[in-house]
Amino acid sequence: MQNDSVGSRLGMWLFLFTELMLFGGLFLLYAVYSNRYPAEFSRASKELSTIMGSLNTVVLLTSSLFVVLAVAGIRNNKPRHTVAFLLATIACAGIFLGVKSVEWSEKYHHGLFPNTPTLLAKPKGEIVFFNLYFTITGLHAIHIIIGAIVLGIITWSVYSGKTSSNDYVSLENSGLYWHLVDLIWIYIFPLFYLVVP
Amino acid sequence: MTMESNHHLNFLAPQPDRSWLGSWIFSTDHKRIGILYLVAISTFFLVGLCLGLLMRLELIAPGGIIMGPQTYNALFTVHGVIMIFLVVIPSIPAVFGNMILPIQLGAKDVFFPRLNLLSWWLYMFGAGVAVISLFTGGGPPDTGWTFYVPFSTMTKSNTTLSVFGVFILGFSGILTGLNFITTVHRLKPSTTPWMKLPLFTWSLYFTAWIQVLVTPILAITLLLIILERVIGLGLFDPTKGGDPLLYQHLFWIYSHPAVYIMILPAMGVISEIVPVFARKPAFGYRAIVFSGFVIATAGSMVWAHHMFVAGISDTAVMVFSFLTFVVAIPSAIKVFNWTATLYKGSIYLGPPLLYALAFIFLFSLGGLQGLILGSAGTDMHVHDTYFVVGHFHYVVFGGAIFGFFAALHYWLPKMFGRLYNYEWATAALFLKFIGFNLLYFTMLIMGVQGMPRRYYDYLPEFQNLQVISTVGSWILAAGIIMMVINLFYGMRYGEKAGDNPWGGATLEWTVSSPPPAENFEGEPVLTRSPYDFKDIKAPHAE
Repeated sequence: MQNDSVGSRLGMWLFLFTELMLFGGLFLLYAVYSNRYPAEFSRASKELSTIMGSLNTVVLLTSSLFVVLAVAGIRNNKPRHTVAFLLATIACAGIFLGVKSVEWSEKYHHGLFPNTPTLLAKPKGEIVFFNLYFTITGLHAIHIIIGAIVLGIITWSVYSGKTSSNDYVSLENSGLYWHLVDLIWIYIFPLFYLVVP
Repeated sequence: MTMESNHHLNFLAPQPDRSWLGSWIFSTDHKRIGILYLVAISTFFLVGLCLGLLMRLELIAPGGIIMGPQTYNALFTVHGVIMIFLVVIPSIPAVFGNMILPIQLGAKDVFFPRLNLLSWWLYMFGAGVAVISLFTGGGPPDTGWTFYVPFSTMTKSNTTLSVFGVFILGFSGILTGLNFITTVHRLKPSTTPWMKLPLFTWSLYFTAWIQVLVTPILAITLLLIILERVIGLGLFDPTKGGDPLLYQHLFWIYSHPAVYIMILPAMGVISEIVPVFARKPAFGYRAIVFSGFVIATAGSMVWAHHMFVAGISDTAVMVFSFLTFVVAIPSAIKVFNWTATLYKGSIYLGPPLLYALAFIFLFSLGGLQGLILGSAGTDMHVHDTYFVVGHFHYVVFGGAIFGFFAALHYWLPKMFGRLYNYEWATAALFLKFIGFNLLYFTMLIMGVQGMPRRYYDYLPEFQNLQVISTVGSWILAAGIIMMVINLFYGMRYGEKAGDNPWGGATLEWTVSSPPPAENFEGEPVLTRSPYDFKDIKAPHAE
């Protein structure tokens, strides 16, 4: 039964559903609060750098392309391509986290962080916006880190020949996970960076 | 993997190449994992039971008898957390889902055996964290099992750790659910049509979907409580723009479907037992399957009926009240199907059927009380009273746990190959049934008369009913102890059960008792419908 790749993928898809529901709870909070504080959300959104956000979007979309190419590589029995593309994906994860930490630390230095006096002095809607921003992007960043670790393990497995063109469902599943992390960012980006009044 | 010759040995046989402990806690055999869960869950059940008895003892007279208010708060919280998250939610899926589902389906194991073992370890880890939280930090949590804000974010008790424990338990449940769905889809023999799957398998399948889809909502909600306590996040704190009502929404989006995670598997157990003991095919097989699906979907859309007095709009009250009534329909369909199956059947009142009948009676009462709470007008009157406590226990104890007891009496002879004493089992059931109704029906009356829940003290006019209730708790506990002794003794020293002690027609009754380590040689071919008893002799018929 271990060789049933359809079953393994089914299990992975079910797991991805649970991830969507996990973020779904937070998106539900976003929906309610943005409906309650539209003006404040719009104003607070201006504090975020659209350029940084766009850059990270491009980085993540590119990384997803690399994952696809990595899977294609192993299908065509070219494991060295796969290793290279996986390393490129992990590099993208590093860039993403780097940009994110620049953004976070900048906010932190401006005192915009949960439970700081500067933030608490702001209107309530803006407090909620930043609380949601840090919670959702923080949870997403944790997923990026986990995804990068998983991809690192898979890279080693392909490099050492354990994962090969005969059986690469673990690579496919890691790729699915990475696409999910990317997909969630596709929702996070407009919700926080592109809020229009 | 074990050697070829071991395949025919029963799964309980010692494994000479491993230590005794290792052959259990590191086993990926679904049957052994089921027994691991059984041991753990039974232990926690007995702990939760003792806490409940202590609460009842405190309430035998007004004023503080054996404890003060803070201890009482901690007791009902810990009783709730243990019984809900450690016992009832995992009970039937984790124990009998693991033991029986793969055999009933015709598989050698679940689809992800190692993940299955990981689920058990996560369960034990989560349970360990929850237990540690009782004895460290600011003492046991005192918020009630619902962890409502603002109390859960402001109390000095050790809520962070117990919330984290529940968070881990959620993971365990998600992985079990994911495993079962994949198992049913991929390990169902290709010759078995979907509409010939046993009803217990169907109920576990729907339960697994609920578990996979709603448990993450609980996870994120609990995470937000932890963040609120640790870094002062404040997404539910009005002074920071948050709304505590949203906590209740998120919590019940999980916790109402969780009631169906508890009850659906129990309904599956009853749907197995009733046809076997009536020697008749399940009446309305398709209706039972379909109603399971409707319960799973509609049951996920009624959560706000817990919040009628929490400040939601009148429109929301009406919508959720209506949906609550809708959910009652598929549950009623099942009850009618079971009774119709019994009608003109060749009934043998063996212990499993008696437990099933107790379930039908208690669950029907509990379900009807649910309609009183589900209609907004009457809910205003009984909200936060003992009526809610009584109703909840009718459904979850009288329903889910009596279903679990029924499953114990039905399947333990299969797992251990030995029978228990029928007279003792029946006597224990009658004790429990009487104790149960004394304990909880009085709560319904007190609730209507205005006794609020979660109080360690009460007005003198409630004392008569409180005393009856407490005496009921003793009778109930005596029945449970009697059942435990009877089952435990029977599984060790009882007479041999044989392969098919009840004359069942599903696949688990075709293998030996206890089942062989690998369940089947080759892929079993289904020769009959799950409830076609033609030519199967029921041993008790003679």
